[in-house]
Amino acid sequence: MTISAETRQGPLSSPLVRQYGGIVISLVVLCVVFSVLSPRFMAFNNFMNIMQQVAVIAVAAFGMTYVILLGEIDLSVGSIIAVAGMAGAQCFAMGFGFVPTILLTLAAGGILGALNGVLSAKLLLPSFIVTVATMGIYRGVVSLPTNGAPAMIENETWTAIGTESWLGIPIIIWIVAVLFVVNQIVLSKTVFGRRAYLVGGNREAAVYSGIRVDRLKILIFSISGVMAAVSGILQSSRLSSAQTNAGMGYELDAIAAVVLGGTSLAGGVGTMVGTLLGALIIGVINNGMNMLSVPYFYQLIVKGVVILLAVWLDVRSKSSRI
Amino acid sequence: MSYSSGEFVLQIKDVAKSFGPVVALKRMSLNVRPGRVHTLLGENGAGKSTLMKILAGLFSPTSGSILLRGQPYAPRNPREAKARGLAIVFQELSLCRNLSVAENVLATHEPGRFGFIDDRALNARAAEIVGELGLPIYVRAQVGDLSIAQRQLVEIAKGLSHPADVVILDEPTSSLSDSEAEILFGIVERLKRRGTAVIYISHRMEEIMRLSDDITIMRDGEYVATTRKEDTSIDKLIALMVGREMKDIYPPREAARPGPQVAPLLVTEKLSCPGKFHDVSIDVRPGEIVGLFGLVGSGRSDVMKALFGLLPAEGSIRLGGETISLRGPSDAIRHGIGFVTENRKEEGLVLAHSVERNINMVALGQFAGGLGLVNSSRERSAAKAEVLRLAIKTANLDTAAGNLSGGNQQKIVIAKWLQTRPRLLILDEPTRGVDVGAKFEIYRIVRQLAAEGTAILMVSSELPEVLGLSDRVVVMHEKRVTANLEAEGLAPETVMTHAAGMKQ
Repeated sequence: MTISAETRQGPLSSPLVRQYGGIVISLVVLCVVFSVLSPRFMAFNNFMNIMQQVAVIAVAAFGMTYVILLGEIDLSVGSIIAVAGMAGAQCFAMGFGFVPTILLTLAAGGILGALNGVLSAKLLLPSFIVTVATMGIYRGVVSLPTNGAPAMIENETWTAIGTESWLGIPIIIWIVAVLFVVNQIVLSKTVFGRRAYLVGGNREAAVYSGIRVDRLKILIFSISGVMAAVSGILQSSRLSSAQTNAGMGYELDAIAAVVLGGTSLAGGVGTMVGTLLGALIIGVINNGMNMLSVPYFYQLIVKGVVILLAVWLDVRSKSSRI
Repeated sequence: MSYSSGEFVLQIKDVAKSFGPVVALKRMSLNVRPGRVHTLLGENGAGKSTLMKILAGLFSPTSGSILLRGQPYAPRNPREAKARGLAIVFQELSLCRNLSVAENVLATHEPGRFGFIDDRALNARAAEIVGELGLPIYVRAQVGDLSIAQRQLVEIAKGLSHPADVVILDEPTSSLSDSEAEILFGIVERLKRRGTAVIYISHRMEEIMRLSDDITIMRDGEYVATTRKEDTSIDKLIALMVGREMKDIYPPREAARPGPQVAPLLVTEKLSCPGKFHDVSIDVRPGEIVGLFGLVGSGRSDVMKALFGLLPAEGSIRLGGETISLRGPSDAIRHGIGFVTENRKEEGLVLAHSVERNINMVALGQFAGGLGLVNSSRERSAAKAEVLRLAIKTANLDTAAGNLSGGNQQKIVIAKWLQTRPRLLILDEPTRGVDVGAKFEIYRIVRQLAAEGTAILMVSSELPEVLGLSDRVVVMHEKRVTANLEAEGLAPETVMTHAAGMKQ
């Protein structure tokens, strides 16, 4: 027998605590600090508020998790968020109903994502370069139908997504919850998810193990596009309109959420749970500073410092374990 | 030992090293004399690498003392070690693939001034070093374009690019063919004549017996014995190293070896890939071990790649009587072909992932139920079964593969292919960088697989291994098959003459 009996460990050294301990503590500390500074922070209403703000970033970050896990990056998600809103507005303007509009919008996101994947996989271009280019291209495309003007969305079902509740909880939060569970299962339990880890961990070994790396990459960028489209739907439904500058800079929040959640930018290591926690941190920081009326430029500085700090703590705790 | 202390250039006394609770080196002593080759022998995990890293200034010892030319020696970094006259050629390739040979050889001491590099002087100086060593390498070539063997030679040139009193060669021949190894042996001879002390680490016994003056054996982080080469033999050394007698390293051939009446599983006819290999016709029967031998550059590795769908090839490949076309590894795997690749760290494993994940890497689809969901308990029991079957030494199934020793890592690579129950298993250098004990176990596994009816095609640059393990030996030279020989009673000289293309 060469497998030694698994040693009993105290609750503090369990893998869950080791993996998420740092980020959960950061989250709690942030909440405590904001509650002390602003009494309104802890109110239930504000909690729902935070969750709604987190939703748009979290959903995009779910898609980004696959991409980063693969050792790639997708900078075009912010632009796809805007494309999705505009695609929805245009479909309604052409007289489509709610369901066909949703499907066409998701398809648009999927196609734009797939285009990223194809360009990167088949032309052998780094995804960073491809998505820097498509970030600009897709952002430009958003303005084509309206010459840069925002488009109103009057479909009531669409706007209900962002404004109505079910069982006392906003629909938008239900959507995030369902997408979290689905993505969590896909990533950790399916053959597809496992292959994403393998390719990210060692591309060469994955090729030798018979994994069709190109196909996987295109599929993953498509998922990222679809998730960004969902984000776009959520955002446009809250605003009842499609803005050409919607989702501007959200790709960076999504990437930050994923990295805060412990996913390695080198690929091969990461989880959806981490990404959700990361998105919550970003959301709490955004909301808390808004509550305190901190000027926008200070918010940027604080957010950057928090990200650096959290990632540094994470890297340090992981390297000390080896 | 009867040496007086004055003769030694390097004296290591009772050196120990621990990382927290983990003891890597218990107590090691070593005395090295100038102008002699002192071989350090021990299984993987015996502590050789730790000792070398201490000498290189990468680790500092927990206790003990080291004297270099009689002076206390405690380098804080590799730069200081170098300045004190120690040169180390590491086994792990430490070259930058995107730079030229010259840039790599002279890395950190490029000629030039004010931070600008004088490229002409750089290339000239590197060419001088490479020329002095007699290496057949063009210094302006990019390292990434060189073969692994050539890279190893560049590594040696890099290690020897500055004057040194003590040169450490850590498994320098593990990826070299015989002709390149000869170049290295010549270099060692010249170093000796110059009065340089050479500390030599290798797993190849023939080479150790040929090259060494003194041999020190270590086991489990401790000093075991030092002996002059004249006073020992391979059997004695192996016994000292593993702490037990190891009479016959190659398990006996199965009596029920498939005869000519058994239809071959794999048949290639006039398989060609322009520029890589030509008219390769080989066959392997179920239960047969065929060794493919050739010097580096003979095309043997490319033949393997073509059989796994990694290189397009003309001609036909038949498997089990059916002509197959291989457009990629996934086709090959579907047809029941497995490929244990040469570089386990690059092509075989995800070092950061667990033992279980690595074992199930290829066969993952087998554990999927509806919706592509992986059944984790079936996955776990399958991994556990492989760990037990191949006697993989690991703390548990969740340990990262990178934490295991070379031999156990290699077993994981084999295990991941066994999971697919291959009809044909291709082994490319299955025991490279693996210690004697693990080698023996891998041989036993390969024999066992053959006995169960798997057809095995094995490439190795170690001739004794090819002769000891194969039922039949196919020899390649200059990208063509030059001989197809029965292995029973085959003389190494016969194989070498075919491999060198001296017989037609």
